[in-house]
Amino acid sequence: MNDNLKEIRKSCILTLLSLYKKANAGHIGSSLSCLDILIFLYFKQLNAADKFVLSKGHAAAALYTVLAKAGRINKKLLDSFYMDGTFLAAHTPCNRQIKEIIFGTGSLGHGLSLSSGLAFATKFTNKKYNIYTILSDGDCDEGSTWEAALFASQHKLSNLIAIIDNNGLQGFGRTTDVFDLEPLVDKWESFNFDVYVATNGNDFNSLEDTFNQLDFNNNKPKCIIANTTKGNGVSYMENKMEWHYLPMSDEQFQQAIKENQ
Amino acid sequence: MRKEFSNIIERIATADKQVIFLTGDLGFMALENIRDAIGNRFINMGVSEQNMISVAAALATEGLVPICYSIAPFIVYRPTEQIRLDVCLHNLNVKIIGNGGGYGYGIMGATHHALEDIAVLSSFQNMKCFIPFCNEDVENTINAMFSYKGPSYLRLGFGIKPVNLSISSFQPIRNILKGNDITIVAMGPVVLNAINVIIADRVSADVFVVSELPIVDINEELKQSIKKTGKLLIMEEHVQHGGIGEHLALKLFSAQVTCSFKHLFAVGYPGGLYGSQAYHQQQCGLDVESLLLTIKSMLNE
Repeated sequence: MNDNLKEIRKSCILTLLSLYKKANAGHIGSSLSCLDILIFLYFKQLNAADKFVLSKGHAAAALYTVLAKAGRINKKLLDSFYMDGTFLAAHTPCNRQIKEIIFGTGSLGHGLSLSSGLAFATKFTNKKYNIYTILSDGDCDEGSTWEAALFASQHKLSNLIAIIDNNGLQGFGRTTDVFDLEPLVDKWESFNFDVYVATNGNDFNSLEDTFNQLDFNNNKPKCIIANTTKGNGVSYMENKMEWHYLPMSDEQFQQAIKENQ
Repeated sequence: MRKEFSNIIERIATADKQVIFLTGDLGFMALENIRDAIGNRFINMGVSEQNMISVAAALATEGLVPICYSIAPFIVYRPTEQIRLDVCLHNLNVKIIGNGGGYGYGIMGATHHALEDIAVLSSFQNMKCFIPFCNEDVENTINAMFSYKGPSYLRLGFGIKPVNLSISSFQPIRNILKGNDITIVAMGPVVLNAINVIIADRVSADVFVVSELPIVDINEELKQSIKKTGKLLIMEEHVQHGGIGEHLALKLFSAQVTCSFKHLFAVGYPGGLYGSQAYHQQQCGLDVESLLLTIKSMLNE
């Protein structure tokens, strides 16, 4: 199953690692955590009219990579990643110059509100689309996320799908040590979301099983808790907080490439 | 001004089905007319100002025209980041309405005052702040605000126009009273205190109101007035930093206009004491009696 997605992933992860190496930049672990979800969304799930907001804007490089692979942005744009005078900074652009990136993000706690607003707009515009957003577990610390959750369920935004990239690591610690989000399913259910769990959010079959279960007829916003691994696919990065920040040395880059060829 | 505001918005929102009115759980005995007129396009967003602003930004990307309403401190400070990022940096057509700018909510206390709103918002990319100076000026100002299709803020206050004063059409800086001996520039309804002094004491003052910030340019009329009188009194119910005093001083300095200068502004809460709007104006020297002394002393310089 999903062999084509695996091929796409192979290509994307090499692009992504190269982008980070060339830029000598961090946030690699955060991008690898949600790369598979992004690939699944853009190559399998999203319809032409559907929309996406990356709430965890620090995984921008993964989004740029997948958008380029899907032909939704010009591949040449990637060459400017992290350079002076680029549209593609470390976090997504707020300039509305790239049609595929409706909102720039980077400060946590905005994505669910923005997505809820896009979902809510259909009540007035009569357009039909679903809106997907990826939140980090750090996003779930922000009060504004829960304001948005109250709003989304009150207005029965069944076209809203929030995906939690639940890798258990946040900016400066494990979520269990900082703010334990568990019981996370109960939290979202108590906010009247229809909640699904992808037992392995880095596995396309698990993601497919989960997305196939989505019920669009029950008038509830949806939340997919995707259990992921920070730094997924690079052995020395997996489940390590420091790969939120560190750039790769030449040796580390070579090893990361080798593991993903 | 709230009554005028709700009547005008009712009219605008009835005519334009793209207008969506969002309130942060406020508007009792004030916004019912809008709610009744536009039905499901009037949404009580709960006490969730951060979410309200981001939702509004998203609605604007879909071509809708969201209006976000609360009292000034709640709509400006709680969701400041949402305004900066989601609305201003994305340059979206979101109208933000703050009722009771300055000390408008008086004895409600410091949590309900907005003394720094213009400083904060006028510094953001693409943001324009609009400030009517009396009830009769609200329509003018809202029309100007709606003709701008970017991020905007309306600072409402309380103020009844003196009978003899006529309201001219909207300009960012407007002369509202002509005179020869002193130039007074004010923001918002606190200007009416100065006008009361002028009328009662027959002072010959050239009075301007600033109705839009940031100030892009000072007009020739204001420059000529200052050159003529040589005396400039700036007054605002806003802190010293980031209000019209600083904005104008920078522009005047750049234009090499010099004059004798006095700035009256919101001083906060000396002694940690609270009171009515009139009490706070008195503390700041912005009440009628204090203004009379200030103006007389400037005239005698």
